[in-house]
Amino acid sequence: MDNKGNDENKQYILVKVNEEQYGIDIQQVENIIKIDRITRVPKAPEFIKGVINLRGEIIPVMNLRMKFGIEEDITTADSRIIIVKVEEYEIGIIVDQVKEVIQIPTGSIEDIKDVTCEINSTYLQGVGKVNQDIVTIINLHGLIIQ
Amino acid sequence: MDMNQYMEIFIEESKEHLQILNETLLELENSPENMELLNEVFRVSHTLKGMSATMGFNKMKNLTHNMENVLSEIRNGKIAVTSNLLDVLFKCLDALEVYIDEIIKTNSEGENENEPIMKELISILADESSSSIKAEKDSVVEQSETNEEKLDLDKRLHLNIELASFEINAIREAKEKDYKLYGITVVLSEKCVLKSARSFVIFNNIEELGEIIKTNPDVQSIEDEKFDLTFSVFLLSMVDINKIKKSLSNISEVDEVFVDEILIKDQEIIQEVTNKETNEKVKEEKEDNKKKATKTVRVDIDRLDTLMNLVSELIIVKNGLESTQGNNDNGNYNESIEYLERITTSLHDAVMKVRMVPVEQVFNRFPRMIRDLSRKLDKEIILHMTGKETELDRTVIDEIGEPLIHLLRNAADHALEIPKERASKGKTKEGNIFLRAYQDGNSVVIEVQDDGRGIDVEKIKKKALEKGLVTKESAENMSKKNILELLFAPSFSTAEEITDVSGRGVGLDVVKTKIQILGGHIETDTEIGKGSIFTIRLPLTLAIIQALMINLNNEKYAIPLNTIQTIEDIEVSSIKLIQNKPMIVLRDKVIPLIKLGKVLDVEKEDKIKEHITVVIVKKGDKLAGLVVDSLIGQQEIVIKSLGTYLRKLKMIAGATILGDGEVALILDVNSLV
Repeated sequence: MDNKGNDENKQYILVKVNEEQYGIDIQQVENIIKIDRITRVPKAPEFIKGVINLRGEIIPVMNLRMKFGIEEDITTADSRIIIVKVEEYEIGIIVDQVKEVIQIPTGSIEDIKDVTCEINSTYLQGVGKVNQDIVTIINLHGLIIQ
Repeated sequence: MDMNQYMEIFIEESKEHLQILNETLLELENSPENMELLNEVFRVSHTLKGMSATMGFNKMKNLTHNMENVLSEIRNGKIAVTSNLLDVLFKCLDALEVYIDEIIKTNSEGENENEPIMKELISILADESSSSIKAEKDSVVEQSETNEEKLDLDKRLHLNIELASFEINAIREAKEKDYKLYGITVVLSEKCVLKSARSFVIFNNIEELGEIIKTNPDVQSIEDEKFDLTFSVFLLSMVDINKIKKSLSNISEVDEVFVDEILIKDQEIIQEVTNKETNEKVKEEKEDNKKKATKTVRVDIDRLDTLMNLVSELIIVKNGLESTQGNNDNGNYNESIEYLERITTSLHDAVMKVRMVPVEQVFNRFPRMIRDLSRKLDKEIILHMTGKETELDRTVIDEIGEPLIHLLRNAADHALEIPKERASKGKTKEGNIFLRAYQDGNSVVIEVQDDGRGIDVEKIKKKALEKGLVTKESAENMSKKNILELLFAPSFSTAEEITDVSGRGVGLDVVKTKIQILGGHIETDTEIGKGSIFTIRLPLTLAIIQALMINLNNEKYAIPLNTIQTIEDIEVSSIKLIQNKPMIVLRDKVIPLIKLGKVLDVEKEDKIKEHITVVIVKKGDKLAGLVVDSLIGQQEIVIKSLGTYLRKLKMIAGATILGDGEVALILDVNSLV
């Protein structure tokens, strides 16, 4: 789009994974639910924790910690599953905590490749700054479809 | 007028009509003399023309119109039914199908005029007219006088010309002044040297009779001789039709003159067509009931009645349940529960039947395909189809066509020999392909068999060795069946060379995958020199199945009941080892054991048992024993897909939601065994 002006705001859901802050584009979020029973799926990729029943639909759930290469797999009372839909893929993402909905001006997001080359950039889109804090914006398309 | 509400009906009916045309033309090829078939073709294409005209699809209308002209000449015995002719007609049908597909997608018929086909149609007519011109000439006058026969419709080109709206307005005004509109088509003699001069004379003659409002081609083109031998003129005149004819036929170098009084524009012509159509509809209705459209299901009234009755019973029982809830009469309560269960099971059956459609829907496009293939490949092929009435779940019907086309093509293209070769082998010169469908227990079997050259098992083995699919040792010990299974291996399909080895193996893995997705499996058997058979086994229904629920440690899994042979309690001490693989002997059969917990990476149960529970499952005629921790029981489960993300997983056929909302996975026995 042409009107990618600096003042155009986009809404993100601010989540925490292993003490770091991530932003997920609210446009792609379908639902946020508490963690209930997850059925393990044998032979599925390691980062797929299993499947859940979301109102009669079977939805796979991705363990973001595993995907990001964080060893320990902890879920707490704060943990949530964010249901996102990317193209025809509907999938749940486990995060440690959902904090709030934030607005970030598109212009203030720096491309991840400009920040550092040492981070795997397929899952990440860029880094945004909110109130002196930084938020890593997740690239859902890269995360799910690759 | 809002046409959208008619669009669906139009699409549905057009498809049916095309199918009828396809079938009837095929029959006609075998019995060209059969007038009844010809009439049927004629009638249906006429209906199709009327329909497309009503809907404003002029390209479709024009194509069917030209088709109809050819058909009418066949009907009049002027053109003989030949395979080449039918090729052209079939091409028309394909083109019409493309129009309809386009209409489905975009609501418009697209831009393709299909001129090559039109030209072919017209050239057929032209050939005919030049060869039988004399015979016809005598009858012309008479026929145009009676003015009710369709004979020569093709030559009355003026009937085929669209008038612009300003022209129509002019005509309307003129009609009020008692002018009549005549369509005139003049055919010049082939010997005519100065066509422009000749047409100038004709024009002068016509202009003496009235006012020319349109010519086709336009005046300029006629003056420049940019036309064949025919041109058409629209004339507003007060004179009698015969007078016009007479004055024109007297001009020399004019071969034929056709004059029609045209009542008024299209709307009325169409009206006439549609009126006829409704009359014909009544006749057709009977056949229509058999043919079903692609996306909607026409349901037998009886089936719906059963469904309805069951639902009302269900409501009664439910009411009974509600009233017994208050008092603690447990016997009554249980009775109702049981009754409720019985009813729901029947209800499910009834609903399932509604979803069932005859496999005919898929099969009926194959005769046409085989015909085309046999012409293309220069082989004589007879397709024998049986069991068209066998019913399958809608979802399966929608998906099964593609794999079957693949198998049939393979059979026609690679398996069947050319007539010469067949003759030298002492076979009939026609190759035979058998397509059979029948129900077998809880599944439907579809077989594709040919009497071609068969598959050379040794060559497959060799190829597999080259490809590194098997080791030398294992290849030696492989049974014929195992070797044939290699044909379905993915890497086998990419090997183009296999086609000149056995003619098999191209894309068979695709066929297999598709059938597996449908919950079925495919097997093949062959005898060299005699032919091969591919057997597809498909589940009757997909959405709801009976399953055995089992426990693996604390996880629950469902095994489809139709794959289960028996459930056995086995002493651990009776387990034998072959090459370190556990086996059991059951009723004189050696059955390999599969430790499900291990295969599915379930955490181990600590207990050491003396007895294990083994679920004996079958895949084709192979048996295997699945070792489970414990049984939960039989249950009716609704199959759900694992979603797009996990669809490629092996061993898991899907998931189901249990009564308490928990998700249990359904094991795919086919890929486990």
